[in-house]
Amino acid sequence: MELFATAGPALLDALALIAQPQQFAFLVLGVLLGLSVGVFPGLGGIAGLSLVLPFIFGMDPVAGLALMVGLIAVVPTSDTFASVLLGIPGSTASQATVLDGFPLAKKGEAGRALSAAFVSSLFGGLLGAMVLTAFILVARPLILAFDIPAMLAITLLGLSMVAILAGRIPLKGVVAAGMGLLLGTVGLGGAGGSPRMSTYDMPYLLDGFSLVIVGLGIFAIPEIVALLRQDRAISKSGDLGRGWLDGLRDWWRNIWLSVKCSAIGVMVGVIPGLGGSVVDWIAYGFTVQSAKDKSQFGKGDIRGVIGPESSNNAKEGGGLVPTLIFGIPGSGSMAVFLGGLALLGYDPGPHMVRNNLDITYTIVWSLALANVVGAGLCIFLANPIARLTTIRFTLIAPFLFMVIAFAAFQSRQSLGDLAALMAVGMIGIFLRRFEFSRPAFLIGFVLSAQAEAFANQVYQIAGSRLRRGGMEGMLDYVASPLVLAILALTVLSIWIGIKQGKQVLGNDTPPTGTKRAPVAFMLAITAYVAVTVWDASTIRYTGDKVFPLTVGIATLIGCVVLLARMRVAPEGHALFADNEQGGEDAEAPHGLWSTLGWFAALLAMSALFGFVIALAIFLVAFFRLRAQVSWARTLVLSAAGIALICVLAGTLGRDFPPGLLQEVVDLPWPFT
Amino acid sequence: MILKTTRRVAGAAAILAATTALSGAAFADAHGGVDLSGQTVEYVIPFSESGGSARWANFFAPLLSEHLPGNPTVVVRYRPGAGSTSGANWFQEQDTADGTLIFGTSGSTQFPYLLGDPRVRYEYNDWQVVLVSGTGGVAYLPADMAAMMDGLDATGLQGQEFIWGAQSATGLDLVPNLAWEMLGLDVQPVFGIEGRGDGRLMFERGEANIDYQTSSAYIRSVQPMVDSGMAVPMMSWGALDDDGNIVRDPTFPDIPTFAEVCEATPACETEGEAWDAWVTFFTAGFPAQKMIFLPGNAPQEVVDAYTTALREIIARDDFMELAAAELGVYPQMTGNAAQAAFRLGTRVDAETRAFVINWLEESYGVSLN
Repeated sequence: MELFATAGPALLDALALIAQPQQFAFLVLGVLLGLSVGVFPGLGGIAGLSLVLPFIFGMDPVAGLALMVGLIAVVPTSDTFASVLLGIPGSTASQATVLDGFPLAKKGEAGRALSAAFVSSLFGGLLGAMVLTAFILVARPLILAFDIPAMLAITLLGLSMVAILAGRIPLKGVVAAGMGLLLGTVGLGGAGGSPRMSTYDMPYLLDGFSLVIVGLGIFAIPEIVALLRQDRAISKSGDLGRGWLDGLRDWWRNIWLSVKCSAIGVMVGVIPGLGGSVVDWIAYGFTVQSAKDKSQFGKGDIRGVIGPESSNNAKEGGGLVPTLIFGIPGSGSMAVFLGGLALLGYDPGPHMVRNNLDITYTIVWSLALANVVGAGLCIFLANPIARLTTIRFTLIAPFLFMVIAFAAFQSRQSLGDLAALMAVGMIGIFLRRFEFSRPAFLIGFVLSAQAEAFANQVYQIAGSRLRRGGMEGMLDYVASPLVLAILALTVLSIWIGIKQGKQVLGNDTPPTGTKRAPVAFMLAITAYVAVTVWDASTIRYTGDKVFPLTVGIATLIGCVVLLARMRVAPEGHALFADNEQGGEDAEAPHGLWSTLGWFAALLAMSALFGFVIALAIFLVAFFRLRAQVSWARTLVLSAAGIALICVLAGTLGRDFPPGLLQEVVDLPWPFT
Repeated sequence: MILKTTRRVAGAAAILAATTALSGAAFADAHGGVDLSGQTVEYVIPFSESGGSARWANFFAPLLSEHLPGNPTVVVRYRPGAGSTSGANWFQEQDTADGTLIFGTSGSTQFPYLLGDPRVRYEYNDWQVVLVSGTGGVAYLPADMAAMMDGLDATGLQGQEFIWGAQSATGLDLVPNLAWEMLGLDVQPVFGIEGRGDGRLMFERGEANIDYQTSSAYIRSVQPMVDSGMAVPMMSWGALDDDGNIVRDPTFPDIPTFAEVCEATPACETEGEAWDAWVTFFTAGFPAQKMIFLPGNAPQEVVDAYTTALREIIARDDFMELAAAELGVYPQMTGNAAQAAFRLGTRVDAETRAFVINWLEESYGVSLN
């Protein structure tokens, strides 16, 4: 344990390095950059890091580190703005925050939700750094204990969160999750490269759908459209009720929840290969499961914000462990970070902890410090920015359409991105309308690829163990104590979910109309799932076939049972929940399709004239015709929007979607 | 469209011929009047920000900015998708000839091209290569398995069942898969891992019992395992000398090459279609793994300006030190050497292609369309 003897001095060295004013200045610069990029939904740490990467080479190593770490640290903090204020998951780290954060904003408590989220982030980040300081010395054997069966078990634990988030009719949640899993299999199979629900004639589909597009489509588009139909501010009362001090108090009251969720964040974060995508859902599920009164979750329970936000910053710290001591990035942004480290002359790997312990600690504690600076700044900004929720939403929506279309386009830089966004957005709208759990759908999608890969790998390795070591050898592998413990947690989580999940969406009755619309949607889902099953059955490569086939058949059974229940159930049954038949949506002054039509028009015009020209037409038309503001304001707002998007694309070095026009004529940037 | 491509192919062929003829003389005049000052060079790679190619591109971008005439800003742009074929298809359509557009490819771009993947609509011979960066790879075994080898003869391993974590059948991992099969080993690839790092972790956890890593990852992460007795190097893939022969890898002079092990193992032959296929794909995947291209219509002086700038970069006193962590100690080839490596790494006989496609189908049930 000579390592511990060197840990103290290394820690002091690290703190001395960070405390230098120059390093601190770079850290703050990184934080500010991260904040500016992170507030735009869909543009996360990767976009920000790529922005600074050209300057990293040749920089003083500690300053370069501070810059990069500052940037990484605040992205899961700043993306909370979009999640809470607009219902748009800013990045994978804050998907679960949307569930309760956005309803709070609608209640006029955006300031409270934001400050609770930020102080949770801050705390999670600090706790994460403290745990890491000790843990990084002994992490290696512990991390190596997580073999593929254990990772599969954790993936299943993540999927088990569907149970508590399934909504009023659990089977509908299961079907939603099944659809998410199936959507995640679209494209070339990970193992054998067989096309699934796609062909070489449509190259876009071969790569599958990106998480950014699915996240924006499932959450952002339905919410933006629903709000836009109301023609009022996000905050129903039109002003801000409780402010940021209440949020801090809420956090303090739930400090233990925050501690526990931070611990979850660190633990899941350190396991390489899992990525951070499950963490916030596990934390959210845990928060709901462990709460006594579950009636307010999904409607604006502050604990639903504190839980996931405590975990997502702690996760970033945890994610550093595999990145630094194995040289294996835990996420996309960590991969870019690794590249940046190499440019500074550091070479992460097993020796990093042994030989460069001071640098390792510098990274860990820069992350903590950046969290404090970033979250502190955000708390300070929470109330002013929360004012956004008191502005008439019709004036905000076109800018949101602009930003999400731009963000979606960054995933593949093809018009297919815009079409995919629209298609997934439609699915999201219907899931919302007929009360299928959107979180369940997203959890399924997020975990699909890794569930399939791990399951295939475990199957193959276990088979080999069986041949070499007999039954005993195989059981030692697939049923190790660690795996059994995680599986026991999974079973517990499902049990709690089934028992108490119904409370999450409350016990009130949903609006229902005739059976026709819900049954038609159900039939459409069933048909799609049936086609998927047929498509999977035609695949020759077994490794690419089994997963979509199994999930497809299970989902199909769920669909058929639902249809059978729909046949016997009376018209007013919750099975036929249809939000167009009552409540907010039904009373909205604007129709669903005409509102969605505006967004569709923006995308269609982009395909014709390219994004910037389409945007100009869209903004002017929208402000004049839909928002009916004066010509002067129309022009000012439109110009501001176009300027914003040009500055954003210019600094990030991103292109705009080109249209047919650009095929014919060469236009200068930004019209290209 | 077809007409356009044909014209471009013809143009490119002419330029290529000119390049080869002139490249000796042209370097006398350093920058040939090319001046990129105030311009922005877009260095496009068909990969995302997080891969090895991104690291490679970000390593060269600032150096290019320093050494190109007029010190232009060099920015790396990412066009990922379809295993890098969509970015390459995009580059095929570009005709920016003034040197403000360069394109970086990797083995993942060459393999689909060599295999005739239906997504490939690009033609390497339309482009002009200015840099070829190589790497190497080392295969290693657990100590108990390594003890079963009789010197270089791998026959003792033939009854064993091996497992290793592989990415995909048609990617770079094709090279080790074929090598092991040629040695008569029963290696079962577990496909679908995210990166080679995950394969190494599987080895460390005892889930896999054979693996390989590219040079820099081997030095960084496998060497400690070798030092502690957990792992023993089995063979390197080797390197190419100036005449295109496979020789010992300069980074690992003490580790025998696959060619040597194959020679010593009765089951394996260093001639015939399997060997030809292995050499073709090894060359594309390792010694000629990463290349920088200019569009086919870029004039000779632009090509020369890049060649000169890259030569200056490679000749820098601190280049070796800078590159060690990123690229390993491999030759960075420009001019004629780059041309030669480019030709070796992008050319495949019809029989070799048919052999590999058939082998992928029979061994792994993987078909390309």
